[in-house]
Amino acid sequence: MEKLKYALFTGCTAKQSTPEQMMSTLAVADKLGIELVELTEASCCGASHLQDYDDFLSLVLNARNIAYAEKHGLTMVTICNTCQLNTAMTKHRLDNNEELKARVNEKLGEVGLNYKGTSQITHFLYAIIDDIGLDKVKEMVVTPLSQFNIAPFYGCHNIRPSELQNETHKTAENPYNPRSLDDLIIACGGTSVDYEEKNKCCGFHVELQAPHTSAVLAGNAVAGAMDGNADWMVTPCPLCHLKLDTQTDHLSAAIGRDVALPVLHMQQMLGLALGCSKEELGLQHHVEKVDFV
Amino acid sequence: MSTNTITTQKVNFKVFRFNADEDYLPYYEDYNMEVTSEEVVLDILNRIKWDHDGSFSYRRSCRHGICGACAIKVNGRSTLACKESMKDMVDLFGSELIIEPLSKKRAVKDMIIDKGDFWEKHDAIHPYLISDVHENPEHEHIVTPAEAEELNDADLCIQCGACHYACPVVEINEDFFGPAAFAKAYRFEADVRDDAHDERLQELHQEKQGLWDCVKCFECAEACPKDVNPIDKITKLHQMLFQEGVATSNVATRHAVGFKHSIAKNGVLDEGGMVLYSERAAVVKHIPLALKMFRKGKIVPPWGITKSENLDEIQKLVKSSSTAKF
Repeated sequence: MEKLKYALFTGCTAKQSTPEQMMSTLAVADKLGIELVELTEASCCGASHLQDYDDFLSLVLNARNIAYAEKHGLTMVTICNTCQLNTAMTKHRLDNNEELKARVNEKLGEVGLNYKGTSQITHFLYAIIDDIGLDKVKEMVVTPLSQFNIAPFYGCHNIRPSELQNETHKTAENPYNPRSLDDLIIACGGTSVDYEEKNKCCGFHVELQAPHTSAVLAGNAVAGAMDGNADWMVTPCPLCHLKLDTQTDHLSAAIGRDVALPVLHMQQMLGLALGCSKEELGLQHHVEKVDFV
Repeated sequence: MSTNTITTQKVNFKVFRFNADEDYLPYYEDYNMEVTSEEVVLDILNRIKWDHDGSFSYRRSCRHGICGACAIKVNGRSTLACKESMKDMVDLFGSELIIEPLSKKRAVKDMIIDKGDFWEKHDAIHPYLISDVHENPEHEHIVTPAEAEELNDADLCIQCGACHYACPVVEINEDFFGPAAFAKAYRFEADVRDDAHDERLQELHQEKQGLWDCVKCFECAEACPKDVNPIDKITKLHQMLFQEGVATSNVATRHAVGFKHSIAKNGVLDEGGMVLYSERAAVVKHIPLALKMFRKGKIVPPWGITKSENLDEIQKLVKSSSTAKF
């Protein structure tokens, strides 16, 4: 089989507040035989906040990022749900509106770039499921996670709006009954925990302006996973990870109950199953201690 | 000639039952039924009432997806019972379907909920055209097709409440207007004939009740049976706040604007700098968390940030493509 190759849009957190996410992405890609070409020219996606302020600017900046993936002739892989949403949303709007695309390209032309719409954009989770396949992943597992109950936490921007998200990957996902992360847990040998909050919001995006709402949402998620007897949680989104992992004291205070669980990035869970060391996967960078490895 | 055949399937319905006058707690009752591919969810509600339990209660009226009375949840998904095909539900969720009211905590009897909070929020945004029109006008007030287009289907809302009760913020923050009220507000904000534009926007800008408390989860877009796409209207209203100079400096507006500054400076975000820019002096409350994260190697100082390559391109584009004035 030809080696899989993608353009990697790391997003900002992977280089700052979730270094373990970058480490585990590279470690897992190596194990899976995936080549990642990092888009070092890429800017921030605007995280859905710039979009509230200046829609056109956010379109131009995201189109620029995609244009770099197109230059490589590669599918763009994202490792953050919100990067995925904003990039895929940009692609969707430009591919369906010639006039808007022309306006954006007029700006990109000023810096010698052009958005064509030739690169697909998919989250790493779906790239693995679609292009490698869970059967193949299963065959590659050397350390099955069979002793663990693992609670999947999907993160909004990978599953909603479903119409947009389902354009970006081949395996259809039902936002009310998502399967991708559950299936990956099972492929890694673990038991997936079903709980009400698994497809709900973590509250990250209002952390500054509505800290109580934000903490209640994340607190409820951890509480739901705990009530489902989870040993730990897993998420494909670094923003959900920050919310669930770094401030359990706030979450506990907001919901009036002590909640805390180790939370792994999707790449870290897969890495453990594929035989990566905990140092390679950056488990030492978690605030909530990961003590089961 | 069409050769569609009607198929049947056994489905187990777990139905939420509760009578606020008699029950201390709600419970679920099981109904096993043979369902045909031609039926809609409302047919099942009818059959439960007519064939199994006459006390089973739900709202229904037009049966054409326009009155909004029969909105309920199937396996957590908001739906208009009269429009939702049983076949689609079985395809999506399998043969065990959970039937619940839009909001369990507001249940009065079975599927019937107290929508008082929904109507209160709806009224609060002045959901009508406010215009100083002469009672005997000399000419028509023409709205061009292009101007009507600006409503972006916000006028299709049937007030069913599906998005409102799918919104996680509505559950937590009782002051929050919610997605239905925002979409309705947009419908009038985007109407060229409306004169209450700034006053309504001011209300929407207020913290706690207004737009800034939206978590951007897209539950409302997913829940709406009429494709009103409330979060799209919420985003457009956010942009309107800035475009029309209604936005004032607060932690949320500074956060949105801060992205532009950070991108212009580094291409990527300076995460710590963003919190400082948004919070100003209140940044001190984040110090304990920052220390915790610093100890785990999660904080990169401003001088340690790897800037985007070809940063000059980004800076040029930020300059030439910015449309917001704030």
